[in-house]
Amino acid sequence: MIELMSGTWPWYVAGPIIGIFVPLLLLVGNRMLGISSNFRHICAIVAPGRNAFLTYDWKRSGLWNLVFVAGIFIGGLLAGTIFANPETVIGISEATRADLAQLGITNFDGLVPRELFNWRAILSPAGLLVLGVGGFLVGFGSRWAGGCTSGHAITGLADLQLASLIAVVGFFAGGLFMTFVVLPVIL
Amino acid sequence: MPPVQAVPPQTPLTDEQPIFEKSADSVGAIGENIAGLAIYLLLGIAFGLVLTKSEAVSWFRIQEMFRFQSFHMYGIIGCAFAIAAVSLQVLKRSRVRTMRGEPLRVPPKERTAGMRRYWMGGIVFGLGWALLGACPGPMFALLGSGLPIMLVPIVSAVAGTRAYAWLRPRLPH
Repeated sequence: MIELMSGTWPWYVAGPIIGIFVPLLLLVGNRMLGISSNFRHICAIVAPGRNAFLTYDWKRSGLWNLVFVAGIFIGGLLAGTIFANPETVIGISEATRADLAQLGITNFDGLVPRELFNWRAILSPAGLLVLGVGGFLVGFGSRWAGGCTSGHAITGLADLQLASLIAVVGFFAGGLFMTFVVLPVIL
Repeated sequence: MPPVQAVPPQTPLTDEQPIFEKSADSVGAIGENIAGLAIYLLLGIAFGLVLTKSEAVSWFRIQEMFRFQSFHMYGIIGCAFAIAAVSLQVLKRSRVRTMRGEPLRVPPKERTAGMRRYWMGGIVFGLGWALLGACPGPMFALLGSGLPIMLVPIVSAVAGTRAYAWLRPRLPH
């Protein structure tokens, strides 16, 4: 069983499992799958100031989601320990490897590039941009758009919401610009 | 398609105050009982496990997706969408209630003038997604998988959200 679970889960297994969380959360307690709201709840807890957007009862509207995210952390922990993949080099396509090698990313061991995702790297311009600015833009953009990949690309699209379709087109427009125009400059 | 209603900029958006339903068993300030929270914890564990084991949390997989060099991420998002869409439409047409006996509520996303918050915010999010190679769920899954460095993007995302809250009255929505 553990052997079967330890390799990379194929898309046709992972995709349907992820999709089932939308009806599941609805049936458990009328909750809409959406992770980025947790950054807002964290702000509401630690630094609401007098901001109207951050002064609300986070325990009632967000505690479930903070607990859900704590679960995601534990899920990652299990995936990295008892269900760890013995093959640590990621099986991405040869074309992607070649493209990334041209950008100077040559270590494919693990889920993230070790060159950028380490404590020393945050002192370098590339590391600071990827980890610091990247995180900032994700937090800023998801709240501005009212959702992230889970809230718009899965939940919102599944509910056939035009707003979510527009947001997802925006996600890709920004992502393609970053991948093909900005990353070659900063990496 | 219903006409898009013009929303004057001063109008507070509906997510100014998150709506929550009053449920029979919600306990005072906590709002969920412990058993309810335990269910969300278990669901979160399963969610984090599937995100990580499918490598949807991987910076490399996100690059592969934006470079259109593998079907993997499209397969994941496509299947998730299909399953979620079909089950949501079936549930909305049924009389099924939640575990606590409430009628199902799926509030629609708010339509704003020009839908500016969606495409503008979406582009900003997309820039960050391709740069960091992780969206919010994967940030926490990667942290758990043994990458304490993920605290940097998580704290940055909180700072980004705080900056948005501060600039909100001046941003187009």
